[in-house]
Amino acid sequence: MPVLIPEAANPLFWILAFPLGGAGFLAVLPSWRQAAIVNVAISIGTFIGSLALVAHRPEATRLFFIDDFNVYLVLLTAFVGVTTAVFSAAYIGREVRARRLNAMRLRFYHSMYQAFLFTMLLALTANNTGVMWVAIEAATLATVLLVSLYRTKEAIEAAWKYFILCSVGIGLALFGTILVYLAAQPVMGDGPDAMAWTLMIGRAAEFQPDLLNLAFVFLLVGYGTKVGLAPLHAWLPDAHAEGPTPISAVLSGVLLNVALYAILRFKMLIAANGHTLTPGPLMVTMGLSSLFLSAFMLYRRGDIKRLFAYSSIEHMGVITFAFGMGGPVANFAGLLHMTMHLLTKSAVFFAVGIIAQNAGTKHIGDIRGLTVSHPFIGWGFLVSVLAIAGLPPMGVFMSEFLVLSSTFARDPLLAAPLALGLLLAFGALISRASQMAFGTPLARPTLYGRESPMVMTFVYTAFALHIIPVMVAGLYLPPDLVRWFQSVAKMLG
Amino acid sequence: MLSHYSYDIAHLIGATVLMAGFALLYQRRLQAVLNTFAFQALALAAAAGWQAHVQNAPHLWVTAGIALVFKAILVPFALHWLVKELGIHRAVETALSIGWTMIVGVALVALSIMLVLPVTANAAALTRESLALAMSVVLLGLLMMITRHNAVTQVVGFMALENGLILAAVSAKGMPLVVEISVAFSVLVAMTLFGIFFFRIRERFDSLDLQYLETHRGDR
Repeated sequence: MPVLIPEAANPLFWILAFPLGGAGFLAVLPSWRQAAIVNVAISIGTFIGSLALVAHRPEATRLFFIDDFNVYLVLLTAFVGVTTAVFSAAYIGREVRARRLNAMRLRFYHSMYQAFLFTMLLALTANNTGVMWVAIEAATLATVLLVSLYRTKEAIEAAWKYFILCSVGIGLALFGTILVYLAAQPVMGDGPDAMAWTLMIGRAAEFQPDLLNLAFVFLLVGYGTKVGLAPLHAWLPDAHAEGPTPISAVLSGVLLNVALYAILRFKMLIAANGHTLTPGPLMVTMGLSSLFLSAFMLYRRGDIKRLFAYSSIEHMGVITFAFGMGGPVANFAGLLHMTMHLLTKSAVFFAVGIIAQNAGTKHIGDIRGLTVSHPFIGWGFLVSVLAIAGLPPMGVFMSEFLVLSSTFARDPLLAAPLALGLLLAFGALISRASQMAFGTPLARPTLYGRESPMVMTFVYTAFALHIIPVMVAGLYLPPDLVRWFQSVAKMLG
Repeated sequence: MLSHYSYDIAHLIGATVLMAGFALLYQRRLQAVLNTFAFQALALAAAAGWQAHVQNAPHLWVTAGIALVFKAILVPFALHWLVKELGIHRAVETALSIGWTMIVGVALVALSIMLVLPVTANAAALTRESLALAMSVVLLGLLMMITRHNAVTQVVGFMALENGLILAAVSAKGMPLVVEISVAFSVLVAMTLFGIFFFRIRERFDSLDLQYLETHRGDR
């Protein structure tokens, strides 16, 4: 039996050791200024490890494995980890100045940030359905603590709601995981073999199909809660709105995608069986209902972070819809949209974090004339919102267009509601963004003071690293990337 | 002969866990809810112990021990203390009347039996029945969480749901230890977390009734 814990020569060891060790180290580091820098350094280490993982792919063990699908998400997760850590350093400096956070809470915050990244990377690389479940459960605990960081009434309410809903979701996912084990056990024998992705996928055809069907319903509802699919989305807007903004960025940029990854892994198993119900219609329905619900909700939001949280529900709905349609083209579109949404939405939250600090409020009605008062961040914000709304020729438009056209080719009746939902959401976001970007700025004194140019350079860098690839992707996709996505799309069936 | 006997006992204990799940649904007083939960955890410990014996799987004794010490003794004890400390002795409001809750509960049990028994036709009889019972317990826990407004009873509902999950996990033959330990561990972590939450909520709202918390729901 191969060694379970990866060795030091294996990049896998480093991408897990960096965040885990970092969480421990940051918990004892008293100075928040140093902690913010160490946080960035650790995240960069993790990112370098993930680059090494792309170049050198270690062999699968009983506990860990790397294939085309998860290596791409590991890379993106580590990337968002770095840029958000950079943004976070700028963000928390101003929060401290406004006396909203103290040193003790920041120690806790940095430690939990790395702990959260660790659980996400563990969930992505685990070759065991049980370990993956544990990792996602631990991620829930870490993020609940982060969401409640400000200890305001709203933050505690949001954290409580998040905790209760996601615990139930994760409980149902565990039941689904047990059912999958029961389906695999007669074929694979007792023990960890019947929980290993790499071993199960080869013999999935012999599993009992009815049991897999039942399991998938539990898994879709369970992990679907964490993806934020309607009607299980109630926690998502609150958790995004009330926690610190860097956490909103990683929730949308990392957590939702990892939960969706879990669903897709199980879907691959179902697809490899061949005698089960097709999981597609279920996912299509949940995707469309999320899209519509959030498209309408977008019109009535008064809170800027809540607005973009609903936009995350919308995009996760579109991505789930695409994977539900299945087939090489729709899967390709789903993967591309996942990437584009992840990059763009984190960028939007970077801008929103600074804007809300400048304005001293999250209320949309009180934010006006951003392009006049803060030209750099104002125009950046506008561009990123146009990107997330799906304006051509940016990346999100391209992936949405691919989802739409592949749906139209296969099932025109489904394409109509999809197009309508996308248009509704587009209208809402554009009207809200123009309201905030133009007009006469409301000059109000805030606790945050002016931003220092040096610190803002970091924010702009993080922002640019996210938004430039999105703008380029709308016009040109590197052939290597296309080939990569194509091979993953084929795996997804 | 022995296998028949072992099957009957497992079935009996599983049914006891389920009955405790029903009993949780109609308790009005908080103390009674906690005692019933302790009883359910006790039955769960017995179920895990019996499976350890029947499957000849010593690691399941650990699960049984955790259920006994942690869930049946420590958690109810801590919650009793918390209830006393916070001074919430009054009867608990329910969203549905007790009668309707019980009817829905019976329907959920019927649903899980109808769902699980046909799809597990090939599995061992021991697993089959236990799985149907476990799923019923999970759904009843969910129902309890939905029908109660109070934070303590919601937590108990969640733990009842987890009891169902562990019942399923121990009944699945040869399921690796990773999962059981992790479940137990996450319960521990979750518990401390809940504790922190309680104190904060208590600090800020002077009430554990979640209705006070829901002022900000929806339109913002």
